[in-house]
Amino acid sequence: MSEIKHLVIQGFWKNNPAIVQLLGLCPLLAVTGTFINGLGLGLATTLVLIGSNITVSIVRNVVPNEIRIPVFVMVIACFVTVTELLMNAFTYELYLTLGIFIPLIVTNCAIIGRAEAYASKNPVHFAAVDGLMMGIGFTIVLVVLGGMREILGFGTLFSGADLLFGERASAMTITLFSSDVNFLLAILPPGAFIGMGLLIAAKNMIDKAIENRTHKDAEVVTRARVTGTDI
Amino acid sequence: MVKLMGKNGLILGLFALATTGLIVATFINTKDTIAQAKQAQLLSILNELVPESAHTNALDMDCIIVEANPLLGDKTQRAFRARQDQQDYAIIIESTAPDGYSGDIDLVIAINEKSTVLGARVLSHKETPGLGDKIDLRVSDWILDFNDVLYTTDTAQRWQVKKDGGQFDQFTGATITPRAVVNAIANTAEYVNANKRTLFDSPSNCLSNDTGNEASNE
Repeated sequence: MSEIKHLVIQGFWKNNPAIVQLLGLCPLLAVTGTFINGLGLGLATTLVLIGSNITVSIVRNVVPNEIRIPVFVMVIACFVTVTELLMNAFTYELYLTLGIFIPLIVTNCAIIGRAEAYASKNPVHFAAVDGLMMGIGFTIVLVVLGGMREILGFGTLFSGADLLFGERASAMTITLFSSDVNFLLAILPPGAFIGMGLLIAAKNMIDKAIENRTHKDAEVVTRARVTGTDI
Repeated sequence: MVKLMGKNGLILGLFALATTGLIVATFINTKDTIAQAKQAQLLSILNELVPESAHTNALDMDCIIVEANPLLGDKTQRAFRARQDQQDYAIIIESTAPDGYSGDIDLVIAINEKSTVLGARVLSHKETPGLGDKIDLRVSDWILDFNDVLYTTDTAQRWQVKKDGGQFDQFTGATITPRAVVNAIANTAEYVNANKRTLFDSPSNCLSNDTGNEASNE
């Protein structure tokens, strides 16, 4: 249980693949033009992460150390191709929008990173949870960044939801404001870099605040102990 | 040493077989769905341009390959024929604007046998988001300005953006993109007018299943 809790904290916060490990930046920055694009790529990446983590964990005792990297690469490439085919078949419009970035999941270092650092050393159920949590952590950053850029750039949120959830979801789009001229900086890649920088800064600020608080607590404890030894 | 290499090689080979096998299985199982999705996408665009009430034939089955022509962007394109019973109604033809702001703009244009452009859609483009991408119906309805506009040698000079003295709006901050689209549609209309009989009468020689891949992957 505590291992799972640890995995959740690692994936969501302490070791978040996107804003701490800074892995998979290429798709992260390129597709986060809108909330739904971010969500779509996030879900696809999560699917691949879980699949590759489980497989790598299952075969971890069969595969000799020397050939583990090529095996991992094959497993990951296989899952990405399968995911690509499934998206092509069932979410065709989204597949067209995400385009080149689905095959590029294969180059997302977060995936082979988790396979090598965690799944190859741990039992299957933990590896699956790790894949899920890392995937969700990555997805959250994608949708937050996508949402920020969409609101600033287009003045909408959830536009294109029908690409992912079918025709009924097209009513989900919220228009916050509409203007003739979009805020280009937010839509183009520089906006992604700036938004990413702000997210990392925000995370560091929160970490700092938490650290300060616990540090104060620790200080109180130390002082108590010091006086204790003095007496 | 040799034994170890053999063993590792065998394991690698087995993994290659297993992963490839999984991909093959998925491919076989999704192949038809993917083809259907592509077909549905193509059909929905075709039917947007020429409503189903206006034709009785299956649009996606009645099409010909058109040789590369400068008026169509120097690429091999496809043309679909819409007919009412045996009567010719319209040509829906693919075309490419080679002079977009960033790269080619692939279009599909419907022109009826009376030389009226019924409508046009952008299939794929790489124009600047927020500026040039207003040619895409998902972004703005600018492309609907081409619905039911006559193209003849008399009206040809009106087929320009307003800045150049024509009748079509350009976008604030982006003139190159709409200019490229207007020119491409005008050129296509000119091509269709000049080759109308060939386009309608040539026997159908493309199955959109095969060539659909190229069109939608670009």
